[in-house]
Amino acid sequence: MLSFALRRLLQSVIVLLIMSGLVFAGVYAIGNPIDILINPQADQAEIAAATKALGLDQPLWRQYWNFIAGAFAGDLGRSFAANTPAAALIFERMPATIELALAAMVMAVALGIPLGLVAGLKAESWIGRTIMAGSILGFSLPTFWVGLMLIMVFSVWLGWLPPTGRGQVVMVLGLPVSFLTRDGLLHLFMPALNLALFQLSLLIRLTRAGTREALAQDYVRFARAKGLSMSHVLRVHVLKNVLIPVVTVTGLEFGSLIAFAIVTETIFAWPGMGKLLIDSINVLDRPVIVAYLLIIVLLFVLINLLVDLAYTALDPRVRLAGRST
Amino acid sequence: MGSFSWRPGVLAGLFFLAAGAAAAELRIGLSADVTTMDPHFVAAQPNLTAQQHVFDSLVRTDERSRPVPGIATWRTPDPLTWEFTLRKGVKFHDGSELTTGDVVFSLERPFTITGSPGGFQTYVRPIVAKEIVDRYTVRLKTAAPYGALLQDLAEVMIVSKQAAAKATGEDFDKGRAAVGTGPYRLVRFARGDRIELARHEEYWGGRLPWDRLTLLILPADPVRTAALLSGQIDAIEHVPTADIARLRKNTAFRLEQTVSWRTIFLHVDQGRDRPPGVLSKAGKPLDRNPFKDLRVRQAMSKAINRPAIAERVMEGLALPAANVVSPSVFGHDPAVKPDAYDPGGAKKLLAEAGYPDGFAVTLATPNNRYINDEQVAQTVAQMFSRIGIATKVEAMPLSVYFGRARNKDFGVALLGWGSRAADLSLRSLTAIPDAEKGYGAWNWGGYANPGLDEMVAQSLGTVDPVKREALARGASALAAREVAIIPLHYQVVTWAMRKGLTYSARTDEFTFAHHFKPQ
Repeated sequence: MLSFALRRLLQSVIVLLIMSGLVFAGVYAIGNPIDILINPQADQAEIAAATKALGLDQPLWRQYWNFIAGAFAGDLGRSFAANTPAAALIFERMPATIELALAAMVMAVALGIPLGLVAGLKAESWIGRTIMAGSILGFSLPTFWVGLMLIMVFSVWLGWLPPTGRGQVVMVLGLPVSFLTRDGLLHLFMPALNLALFQLSLLIRLTRAGTREALAQDYVRFARAKGLSMSHVLRVHVLKNVLIPVVTVTGLEFGSLIAFAIVTETIFAWPGMGKLLIDSINVLDRPVIVAYLLIIVLLFVLINLLVDLAYTALDPRVRLAGRST
Repeated sequence: MGSFSWRPGVLAGLFFLAAGAAAAELRIGLSADVTTMDPHFVAAQPNLTAQQHVFDSLVRTDERSRPVPGIATWRTPDPLTWEFTLRKGVKFHDGSELTTGDVVFSLERPFTITGSPGGFQTYVRPIVAKEIVDRYTVRLKTAAPYGALLQDLAEVMIVSKQAAAKATGEDFDKGRAAVGTGPYRLVRFARGDRIELARHEEYWGGRLPWDRLTLLILPADPVRTAALLSGQIDAIEHVPTADIARLRKNTAFRLEQTVSWRTIFLHVDQGRDRPPGVLSKAGKPLDRNPFKDLRVRQAMSKAINRPAIAERVMEGLALPAANVVSPSVFGHDPAVKPDAYDPGGAKKLLAEAGYPDGFAVTLATPNNRYINDEQVAQTVAQMFSRIGIATKVEAMPLSVYFGRARNKDFGVALLGWGSRAADLSLRSLTAIPDAEKGYGAWNWGGYANPGLDEMVAQSLGTVDPVKREALARGASALAAREVAIIPLHYQVVTWAMRKGLTYSARTDEFTFAHHFKPQ
């Protein structure tokens, strides 16, 4: 178990190093942030001074070396545009994104599994077909379009929900959360739904397929033949087997929810990390871009680890590599 | 705190305001992110927009971007001395009175900022000495006469010395150091989300109609419009072109428009012998640079159907351009008219210059900076092609574009420029690059005319605004005659607001809550 975790950690450090190098070189290749952020009226001397002040006059390898040295000392650099440590900037915005992603995941799971079960149990009925048709829409409609339509319908026409922004927040354990206030929930609903749509459709299909497969298995038939009630069979035999792929996918997709919240955050002006990344890319604010991607990779590594652990809990046949060695 | 619901209660709301009741909020959707509340860190317009609510500058500018007295009046006892007299009783948000100590501190602070990608030093560098005469009078000295000092000082905000003396960027963002004399005081800066402000009750400029102000950061165009349509916010800046017609028809909203200070033009490389992308039609290098010939530049200018671009491509959100600065800006010469569309004359000029069959160029443009920038470039390319200059468009995001332009990767490049004065524009855009003098930092085209530079220097060195404007106009006219750049159009800038509000539209595109008024 320990060696498994350690190996994972080592792998992730290597991933982080490679990725930071790639991003560093990539941003460097795009252009010079000074060209975008410089005061238009600045003269050549001031441009040179600003370049020097940010260390951009040094060769790329040295800039990277300085960054790595700083990173190991826990300093990911200061944002060029915001005059604030890049990591602080990201952590300031992270709670909003995590909250949005969690809300979306809860929505997807709470709706997706029951709907998938129904669709699996009543595959040929009109309700099963309707659910499947809906899931196809959820898959295929682009997020930004759905988001805009949601705003048009619920905010502009009906006037029920606020179109943009994060509502009132309260501090819980030092973190700002918005789902505990009415205003916050109203603001959270549409972006979370928009973000959940894809996952929701995915879960419906997964659960349906798993249910149909499980229903055809001998142990289910045997359980039914033994006279167990359908609800008991569903709960104990079907659902448990269906849940294994569902947990994997939900876990892995949680990472995507965070990483791909960018589109939803942009449309609903949700002040999360994704919006920060877009703004930073626009002005080539390299410290923020690199720090953001490092943190996202770390998150993915962590989530994968948790998924693996959850997996073993659900399915005793699965052994973590490393536990047996 | 719900959104300011106006639809059912617009009349009630107005009575409320008319009665002088305090509980009113104004919510404005801004189009770009505000990165910090430190007013001396980076001179980016979105930041200045938010900060100007909290801080005043020594010189304020009116809707036409002309210097007007605000917290101070000025006179020039001699061409090297600017004497500013502070208005008495101007109060900071913490209740202390503004003094010349704060002014001098604020004018020196830009030099103490470290790690800034684009600071404010350029505006205060001409000042070589600051002499505090008394609590309300300060004299600023320049090494040489410098007429643009007022325009420059309009950019530098005055902070409280006591609050900002040892402040970091975080101190400003948290509001501890963001103590100004401006109309609103900072309540909360939520980066990337919103800026909450409250009325400064002791504001020197009089009582403001709203006691609370929220600036929401809504960079995505459709979202900004949707937020306005839904009634979540009261006004937006930079109304997306696509939504203007719809909003104009909707009686629940009003639009305010004016000509922006932003001129869109082409830099053509007339400095080098072999500008990139300028080839014969067969793709061979040309034996000389055609742009060095004035007739070729004139032909290109005549080839452009500016009214068509303004009407069609820009959907009416532009005026045909001839000057380096737009009509509202200091130094615009109204006698210079845009070149008429004349493809026949253009072809003749090309033939006279020795290019009867034309040649081929690549026109570079950003695709996410100016209104419809790429479409404008595509249209110009077709117009050039019609007179025989086969033109290919290379469009790219701004983050890539500016770097490549500075590396001189382009033969013909589109740029937009907003400035408070023609001489300042020409100093950056057409002057011979000279790091010593700080001239020509954006002269991508390599235009070189010592005569024009001399006129610009003379204009900038003239302290009397009337004489200076005459000189600036002369310089602007010369640049136009010489086709130093090829002006395309002046952008029009649009605000949209709910009915019952008015906005005095500013040519410098700034959105200030204190310029909104209940109707």
